[in-house]
Amino acid sequence: MNELIKKLTEAYGPAGFEDQVRDLIQPEVAPYADEIKVDALGNLIVHKKGDGSGLKVMIAAHMDEIGVMVTHITKEGYVRFTNIGGVYPRTLHGNRVRFADGTIGIISTEPLADRNKVNSLDKHFIDVGATSSEDCPVKVGDAAGFWREFAVLGSRLVAKSMDDRIGCVVAIEALKRLKETPHDVYFVFSVQEEVGTRGAQTAANALNPDVGIALDVTLTGDTPEARPMAVSLGKGTAIKVKDTGMIAHAGLVKLMRQRAEEAGIPYQMEVLEGGTTDARPMQIANAGCAAGCISIPCRYVHSQSEMVDGNDVENSVRLLVEILSKPIAL
Amino acid sequence: MNELLKQLTEADGVSSNEKEIRLLIRDLIADHVDEWRVDSMGNLIALKKGTGASDLRVLVDAHMDEVGLMITEIASDGTLKFEPVGGFNDRTLLGKVVRVGADKISGVIGAKPVHLLSASERRRVVKIDSMRIDIGAKDKSAANGKVKPGDFAAFVTTYQEMGNTALGKAFDNRAGCAALIELLRGEPYPFDLYAAFTVQEEVGLRGAQVAAYSVQPDVALVLECTPAYDLPTKEDVSPNVALGQGPSIYVMDAVTIQDPRLVAHITRTAAERGIPYQIRRPGGGGTNTAVIQRTHTGIPAATIAVPGRHAHTPVMMINLEDYANVVKLTDAVLRTLSPDIVRRNLN
Repeated sequence: MNELIKKLTEAYGPAGFEDQVRDLIQPEVAPYADEIKVDALGNLIVHKKGDGSGLKVMIAAHMDEIGVMVTHITKEGYVRFTNIGGVYPRTLHGNRVRFADGTIGIISTEPLADRNKVNSLDKHFIDVGATSSEDCPVKVGDAAGFWREFAVLGSRLVAKSMDDRIGCVVAIEALKRLKETPHDVYFVFSVQEEVGTRGAQTAANALNPDVGIALDVTLTGDTPEARPMAVSLGKGTAIKVKDTGMIAHAGLVKLMRQRAEEAGIPYQMEVLEGGTTDARPMQIANAGCAAGCISIPCRYVHSQSEMVDGNDVENSVRLLVEILSKPIAL
Repeated sequence: MNELLKQLTEADGVSSNEKEIRLLIRDLIADHVDEWRVDSMGNLIALKKGTGASDLRVLVDAHMDEVGLMITEIASDGTLKFEPVGGFNDRTLLGKVVRVGADKISGVIGAKPVHLLSASERRRVVKIDSMRIDIGAKDKSAANGKVKPGDFAAFVTTYQEMGNTALGKAFDNRAGCAALIELLRGEPYPFDLYAAFTVQEEVGLRGAQVAAYSVQPDVALVLECTPAYDLPTKEDVSPNVALGQGPSIYVMDAVTIQDPRLVAHITRTAAERGIPYQIRRPGGGGTNTAVIQRTHTGIPAATIAVPGRHAHTPVMMINLEDYANVVKLTDAVLRTLSPDIVRRNLN
């Protein structure tokens, strides 16, 4: 699985510009799909047919990542930028971005009298090696993602855009392992989650599922002085009960726990006090559906070094396969 | 004198009170469209049938509402308290002339004369909730019967042209409406073109949401007037957009990432036709594109805008060449809009 994780996390795909990620996922899923399509916003929708006895289930993992967009190029060739999604200024200085064509840029910031403070985003700039606006290889409106290589640290895996390529990996792996299912399962690799769960909204409108399960990262409470949260890296897949945008369907949460217990899959109950996932638009699309989320615990979310544990990833795949291969009674 | 811009900007249509502007637009387009209807929210939706060469279904949106005020109470001294309808910078309101209610009663947003201001008052901005409209009534009973709470007030600004610059109210978005009217008056397109003159954009993109849902197009363009902020600054920063530099193309704002394929089609078309254009500085703001894009199963959508200075004030300014180029560019973009631009094929 690490090879796939490396391939997907190192791909370019800021929100709104997911084509390169989609082009990598499509050949991975094609041999296992009964039908594949790409909708108007760019969601990749992969259908695996059931035996007719089950429900219509939508699984959503978002392909997009946070990033930046060029707003201005100075006379000297420096690039000013704005954020695409939740970019924190404290994660920027000295880090690198990559544009769609592979152009690399270094992010730096204007001098600050107090070294313990952080400049706001508009006081940062990107150096793409240009000597003036004339020879600058990027232009206003170009988008860039962060650039960092995938790394394996024992059981821990580190990459930029673990949020949410790791969810994509879980979906792909589950699809590969899912031999038989009673359900009509639609794996949606969604777009524009980081700017407001926009892709999953239109996909859910189109599919009108009975059950919606998002696959996404969640925060942890296991780093020094972390805000208390009963989720730790390596302690299992996380079953979401609630976040700031969605309260999971109680019956679905119960079913997830039950399937985890039956199969001896380590799991943790997740209550996330900041953020939401594609489960929110699924829950309230059309006439609504039973929605929930399987989360992969992740440290340093929205930095260039997002860390997950390989065992949690494996357990998330196992739980999803357990859920999808058996009846869902809610 | 551009009579179309004059007529459209001098008509009133504060959000949710668009009847006057809607009737005007209806009369201006009726002879050039095959059908028109008004939906439950007041959107004017017209169909200009295509030649049949393309099976695309295309929506072009321009919101017809403008920012304005609503009367909330008649004070005992006969002045009118009001609430903003749409977003304002409070300091742009004082001293401006408005017309209130169906009878268009003239009034002024009163201000204490500079002579009477204390030193500290001179440094403060008066908040909108302490402003009053003075309609010259000596007390509450004199004002009663002329106006009532719930009445809308619109700004009074006469359209003028100074060379290539036009001055008037509500270019946001009567400039977009005028451009759309010009498109409807032209030759048929290869596809059926649905024109939506939408309501209540300024209070949250409300009209376009239901208009797009009912039309369910394959692709949509939004015509807008985007705030130009191009006054000189000391720092090396870009203007939002600048007057006279051509149509403004959106890539990303606070609520939408435009369809990259459409953006590429628009900029390519502009380059091929020698039409100047500018990429609007990505970041803040938002247009009807946000709700149209996310309607139902999703609609590829993009925005082309006339740059306008002093947006959301009683007086705006646009460049007439920018306006003409928006019409020209949008027309060219539509005439070359082939299905393969917005349809996705799996390899």
